Amino acid sequence: MRPSVQEMIAQSNGKKNKKVIEKIIPIILFLIASVSVLTSIGIVLTLIVETVTFFTRVPFFDFIFGTTWLPFSNKEAQFGILPLIVGTLKVTLIAVIVAVPIGISAAIYLSEYASENVRRILKPVLEVLAGVPTIVYGFFALTFVTPVLQAVFPEIKIFNAISPGIVVGIMIIPMIASLSEDAMSSVPKSIREGALAMGSTKFEVAWKITVPAALSGIIASVVLAVSRAIGETMIVSLAAGSTPRLDGDFTGSIQTMTAYIVQVSKGDAGYGTTIYYSIYAVGFTLFVFTMVMNILAGYVSKRFREEY
Amino acid sequence: MTESAKKAVYETKQLNLWYGSNHALKNIDLEIMENEVTAIIGPSGCGKSTYIKTLNRMVELVPSVKTSGEILYRGRNIFNHDYGVEELRTRVGMVFQKPNPFPKSIYDNIAYGPRIHGIKNKKILDEIVEKSLRGAAIWDEVKDRLNENAYSISGGQQQRICIARALAIEPDVILMDEPTSALDPISTLKVEELVQELKKDYSIIIVTHNMQQAARISDKTAFFLNGEVVEYDHTDTIFSNPSDKRTEDYISGRFG
Repeated sequence: MRPSVQEMIAQSNGKKNKKVIEKIIPIILFLIASVSVLTSIGIVLTLIVETVTFFTRVPFFDFIFGTTWLPFSNKEAQFGILPLIVGTLKVTLIAVIVAVPIGISAAIYLSEYASENVRRILKPVLEVLAGVPTIVYGFFALTFVTPVLQAVFPEIKIFNAISPGIVVGIMIIPMIASLSEDAMSSVPKSIREGALAMGSTKFEVAWKITVPAALSGIIASVVLAVSRAIGETMIVSLAAGSTPRLDGDFTGSIQTMTAYIVQVSKGDAGYGTTIYYSIYAVGFTLFVFTMVMNILAGYVSKRFREEY
Repeated sequence: MTESAKKAVYETKQLNLWYGSNHALKNIDLEIMENEVTAIIGPSGCGKSTYIKTLNRMVELVPSVKTSGEILYRGRNIFNHDYGVEELRTRVGMVFQKPNPFPKSIYDNIAYGPRIHGIKNKKILDEIVEKSLRGAAIWDEVKDRLNENAYSISGGQQQRICIARALAIEPDVILMDEPTSALDPISTLKVEELVQELKKDYSIIIVTHNMQQAARISDKTAFFLNGEVVEYDHTDTIFSNPSDKRTEDYISGRFG
């Protein structure tokens, strides 16, 4: 007669290696998880150390309040970051103007109007748009959008803020649409039915019930998308030019923080020069911007959450 | 008001309804009178919820639904092409099984209906909100917290907010789809008392799986079984002297 199941279980549990594995697995997993955390810490530390070195050469206030960015000047180099920040903000502003209305409209359509079949096709297509390499977007801006814009508005230069702004906007549409759609779809059906039963039209339900109920998720998606736009590099490097400027002109060449870093990195600024350290200071500034946006997104989605 | 002076709000004629190939309602003929409470009882899956949702065409949210026959509301066929579904639902309010207030303040919940139908005047809205909340017997409980989220109050209170929300556009008929099934006994009692009160001004059709509730609050009762109306009569008659054996079996608890 075979031993009872309980006896077999006891026998199996008595084996040593099973206990050893149970002890080792969490340790291995912990070490692997630590790698990503430590890497992040390492990156931030490098940024900070090199940035501090930069500030031993250029005064902090000259950097954040300076209105001229002239790092390559032979006479006297100037490192006032405001022109680069303004360049980044110009592109981001146009991107937001393009992406927010389109992204939210797409989300409303997908979540409130599209049939199950249409949604099954459209959502993956939208997400493919998110997978297009940014270098492709950059070429698209430079070789297609800019010439089209120039045909309509001849005063626009070959490098400008509008064309990359529009394309960065196109790039972040899927993010806004997809995340907003998730937020709107998670509003319970019963709430929509309640509104429909009051004689609401579909649009009234979407605009007065679903959008307000999902507002925290929608705002969070916009903030995250803005954070992406601020950090976007390839498109602006290719299509925005490399002229740091503080004015309000969108039609001529500008330079963003990211594009400056690319410009220096691919050039031959020697190790130890002030220009070399300046890319860390700019990078750190960029990091602060995107971090603030991400924290803001987290705060917004908690603070404005409608309970249901 | 004498029996003969009452008019029908709904006349259902040879209504059939299919979910895909599932024949859910079969040849329904029912006449529902105004200023009465009409209860619809029957075991799960008998079509009682489907029927009440057909009365304001909410059933059409299910994509595969097909219907035949007529439902006349105040003499007009609600399936007519020129009958706007929003117009119908503005005249016929609904309270659902689970409380489903909007994720807004209590005030905005009640003011929602009047607002979407074009009433913007703040003073008039204030009046409507107070009158509706009083009508739903919940004014005293929430009058100091009108700006709080409707989800911050108890389930029983939420359900009365939903009733007040329906009252705010002063409908003609109120459909109630098992409105107390998610509520505790005390809240249930309050809603039942409220129904008694409301029938003075409104025609009420209530689906319930609770036979005692139907006996307590309704004037007429329809017994549904497998998508058909087995018996429809005065509630007293249904519960004391049913003419169909199946009705008798159901109300005496032999099945269902």
